[in-house]
Amino acid sequence: MPGERARKIRVSCVVNGAAVTCDAYPMARLLDVLREEMKLTGTKEGCGEGECGACAIEMDGALVNSCLVPALQAEGAKIRTIEGVACGGSLHAVQQAFIAHGGAQCGICTPGMILAAVNLLARHPQPNDAQIRDGLSGNLCRCTGYMKIFESVVAAVRDAETRA
Amino acid sequence: MRAHLPAYEMETPRDLAAALSRMASEPDVWRAFAGGTDLMVLLEAGKLPHRKFLNIWNLAELRGITVTAEHVTLGALTTYAEVQRHEILAREFPLLCRAAAETGSVATQNRGTLGGNIANASPAADSPPALIVYDAEIEIVLAGGARWVPYASFHTGYKKMNLQAGELIRAIRLVRPRGAWKQYFRKVGTRRAQAISKICFAGAGRVEAGRIAEVRIALGSVAPTVLRAVRVEELLRGQRPVDAALLLAAQDALSAEIAPIDDMRSTGRYRRNVARNLLAEFLEVLAS
Amino acid sequence: MPRKEGREKVTGRACYVDDLSFPGMLHGVTVRSPAARGRIRAIHFADGIPWHEFIVVTAKDIPGKNCIALLIEDQPCLAAEFVNHPEEPVVLLAHHDKYLLEEARRAVRIEIEPLPSIFSIEDSLARKEIIWGQDNIFKSFYVEKGDVERAWAGTALIVEGSYETGAQEQLYIEPQGMIAQVNEAEGVTVWGSLQCPHYIHKALMILFGLPRERVRVVQTETGGGFGGKEEYPSMIAAHAALLARKAGRPVKIIYDRTEDLVATTKRHPSRTRHRTAVTRDGKLLAMDIDFTLDGGAYETLSPVVLSRGTIHAAGPYACPNVRICSRAVATNAPPHGAFRGFGAPQSVFALERHLDRVAEAVGIAPEELRRRNFVHEGQTLAVGQVVKEKVDMNGLMERAFELSDYYAKRRKFAAENSAARGAIRRGIGFASFLHGAGFTGSGEEYLASEVAMEAMADGTVHILAGSTEMGQGTNTIFAQIAAEALRLDCEQIKIVQPDTAYVPNSGPTVASRTAMIVGKLVETAAVRLLKTLRESELLRDGYSAEDFSRACGSYVAKHGALKSFVKYEHPHDLHWDDQKYSGDAYGAYAWAVYVAEVSVDTRTAEVRVEDFVAVQEVGKVINPVLAAGQIEGGVAQGIGFALYENVVWQEGRMVNAQMTNYVMPTSVDLPLIRVYFEEIPYGRGPAGAKGIGELPLDGTAPAIANAIAFATGVDVRAIPITAEALLEMLEAVHAW
Repeated sequence: MPGERARKIRVSCVVNGAAVTCDAYPMARLLDVLREEMKLTGTKEGCGEGECGACAIEMDGALVNSCLVPALQAEGAKIRTIEGVACGGSLHAVQQAFIAHGGAQCGICTPGMILAAVNLLARHPQPNDAQIRDGLSGNLCRCTGYMKIFESVVAAVRDAETRA
Repeated sequence: MRAHLPAYEMETPRDLAAALSRMASEPDVWRAFAGGTDLMVLLEAGKLPHRKFLNIWNLAELRGITVTAEHVTLGALTTYAEVQRHEILAREFPLLCRAAAETGSVATQNRGTLGGNIANASPAADSPPALIVYDAEIEIVLAGGARWVPYASFHTGYKKMNLQAGELIRAIRLVRPRGAWKQYFRKVGTRRAQAISKICFAGAGRVEAGRIAEVRIALGSVAPTVLRAVRVEELLRGQRPVDAALLLAAQDALSAEIAPIDDMRSTGRYRRNVARNLLAEFLEVLAS
Repeated sequence: MPRKEGREKVTGRACYVDDLSFPGMLHGVTVRSPAARGRIRAIHFADGIPWHEFIVVTAKDIPGKNCIALLIEDQPCLAAEFVNHPEEPVVLLAHHDKYLLEEARRAVRIEIEPLPSIFSIEDSLARKEIIWGQDNIFKSFYVEKGDVERAWAGTALIVEGSYETGAQEQLYIEPQGMIAQVNEAEGVTVWGSLQCPHYIHKALMILFGLPRERVRVVQTETGGGFGGKEEYPSMIAAHAALLARKAGRPVKIIYDRTEDLVATTKRHPSRTRHRTAVTRDGKLLAMDIDFTLDGGAYETLSPVVLSRGTIHAAGPYACPNVRICSRAVATNAPPHGAFRGFGAPQSVFALERHLDRVAEAVGIAPEELRRRNFVHEGQTLAVGQVVKEKVDMNGLMERAFELSDYYAKRRKFAAENSAARGAIRRGIGFASFLHGAGFTGSGEEYLASEVAMEAMADGTVHILAGSTEMGQGTNTIFAQIAAEALRLDCEQIKIVQPDTAYVPNSGPTVASRTAMIVGKLVETAAVRLLKTLRESELLRDGYSAEDFSRACGSYVAKHGALKSFVKYEHPHDLHWDDQKYSGDAYGAYAWAVYVAEVSVDTRTAEVRVEDFVAVQEVGKVINPVLAAGQIEGGVAQGIGFALYENVVWQEGRMVNAQMTNYVMPTSVDLPLIRVYFEEIPYGRGPAGAKGIGELPLDGTAPAIANAIAFATGVDVRAIPITAEALLEMLEAVHAW
């Protein structure tokens, strides 16, 4: 039986560098706000229970599962989604590496996986194998067995090193 | 997503006092909402019974880790990520850091909080056994007051706790260990990461002149609440850790003290047998 | 050559069905049976929902035949009078507010008068209740080679064993979904996550009673399939379309994870019995194999899964006498269906585990038993197929052993395990196997796949095929094959989005057939296109890409469309007898040996795969990164099949229907999966390629089971090997 209708609230935040304001139910999932209100469909739903990581984004620099964040708590947050990973027309090293090394197969886990990898490298610019595995352990991939995802991350690190 | 969103409300109180006053005004209607890693899962499954939530995520009064000579006090909103990053916690409270590292994944560790975890009261939670071992005390606040409760007596039954409507967990205080403690933590889950625990064992002991001077043992997922194995501790105190007969007696005492069930993740029999084996591992650590 | 659609996938621009939105679109949900079997007495719509705002569809709204047509037409689209499994669809609802829709779903109560139900192979075979047909049997096969009965007499050694595999969920990370639109102008159109557009096309034609040109199916970017989106999408497409027809507006149905888990298909659970006669020096004399699959409540694809499982049941061995009796039976669970491997993972698990036990009974090493019995060119497989390709299983095995350090590790582990210091026991084990590519027997002939190719005026070449990309690399492989044949850059090749209005039916994207069978058609189409250009004297030898483009432009200006069209031609020397179930089952086989190294913590019975080596001969590797990716991903699924993925059933319903509780491996659960290819080109594959997609699912689980048996002495007979089961078995083996 539908209960009393809570009013939608106005949420203002910064998404991929741009100030955004939209209306949402306070407990709407940030995932749905991104996809439906802001039309940023790059962030995906895989499970709706915070297990698969397909919905992973960065919120104030921290990796979070957007299916578990209520819209109200996005107020004032600085958010980065997959659409904000590339810089203008240039792909991020991680994205380029995923293309070159087969890190994406069906691609549905890829946005969340890339966010997780980018976030990992921000915290550990030269991660060892265990750190890579650990950093990605909240992102499930059913296609790759993770091998080429690891290779892609390693390649991205190597790339950043040679450029530095 | 199986919840009727229009039926849910959430507000952000401007400070802790405002939050408590709101909660007092409508008893048992307003619930605290921290990182959402438990509550949002319930919401999405259509199984969240409450409808009105107070967003306490930004309340400064519930954040921060303070260190004194005797204690480390963690604000209720301390996340698992923050636990792992703290130098003193890493050095002196490794079991809590291990539990934090093995709870969920990076993303859930950024949003899951100790206070939220305690209030959610899952018997399978990973931090509670560590908190028991560290003699944690919980500070509970309400409009017009505060009290401290030993964590060991905080949970009174399955999903029942010493927390009334209108009350919030403000902080968790741990006693800094004195002397050389040997510590052991093992979570056995369905897989190595992002796993719900089938059984979780936290133990710490101080060995003096080859005998167990002090010992604390706590387990998760073997009872309706986190369990401190007091009878096993009694048996072990004063004994030599390397003693086959002692091990067997202690294992039997543990078997009797726990009440593991069959559920969709595991069986009571498995949990009981593994508990015994983890106790053996713990004694090996004490003996080393 | 990197994945063709890679850039879209890494930037989040790839468009999956839930990313699409149409003007005026409604959301749809399915109300499902709470009971496993019974008669629908009434459907109640509770108060408090503005029902007048909703589109409500039941079986009465079906214009054509109430069925999801596949091999037969036994499965209803919506249950009308009876339900035969939990979660069977009964009522469909649509509304623009997806949150209100959920409330409405909860407010519909389906009242069912229960009927007795059965949930196990045993009960089905015993006919405790007849729930399907006359005898609960969807299909059975009987394969006979030589004379098994005669072989028992005077045989030195007979080894028996019974083996079981559980259900496994495909767990594509993108849940199932469809959008449908029905109007006068175009008829029925659906867009969605799918593997086989033409399967859905046929099913909708029959459901709606519409002619071919009034139904259109379009594949959106698909986030994983693995067989789980082979037949099931026809059901969800039908539902979306029925709602769209009644609403007069587009309708989108997206399953959430729990619904996807409880309602869609799983790998068929199996039970296999082996009885093997072997000489004292390890030569297989007779194999008597009894193989049963649990098909769930309706037939769907069970006969074909059974077929493949049956044909693979006796493996890559030259045994003179073989008998395989197999059957797929009905139970009151949601129908089981296609999942990568398709029957072979079940029968190969049993065989490879059994052969290790046979070796033990003979007193020789497991690899020695294989060595003495591997089939060679010129010998026959169980179904009587003469092996006409070069095969060196022993060579593959030795290479796998070298790469995994098998002999040294086995010695080392045996010594360490007997010393019994500490809680860890280590093991190493292997499986040797084959996997037939393409549809069985006359299947490819029956499919009669077609591919079209069109060169545009600007020189871009379009490939038109019903084969779908779902991560395995179809688009990239086709582009490579065409580019190679046309001597162009892959950039110049475009794969047209699979849309039944535009592309011919290349058959389903299943059965490890896409590279080998359809890729060959792509190659041929390219060759024919080139021939046309050459014959029109617009193209000379040694042409450049510019020459090619100019030639296309000239041709189109002069003659109109430049197209080629190819239809599959079954090789004349492949003969299959459907009655006797013998002959040339597959055009080609991939051959493999996989080695697994495990550690077992005897205190918790947790198993860790420490190392994994996968060696296979696959004809020709067209794209090394994609091919390795297929094996790596397949091995990961096989590890899940062996150790982690357990469907917990309660009266036909999956109760652990969340990703928290149905456990697949994460990045920290898997070892380095080391993949190696050998290539003996297959004359009929494009550039010599054979199929590889399903292969890794066959050998992974038995290699792990054998390794665990070695490590612990436990006689593993069933997968998944849960820690709970293993701990009990460890206690039985040792005195803990």
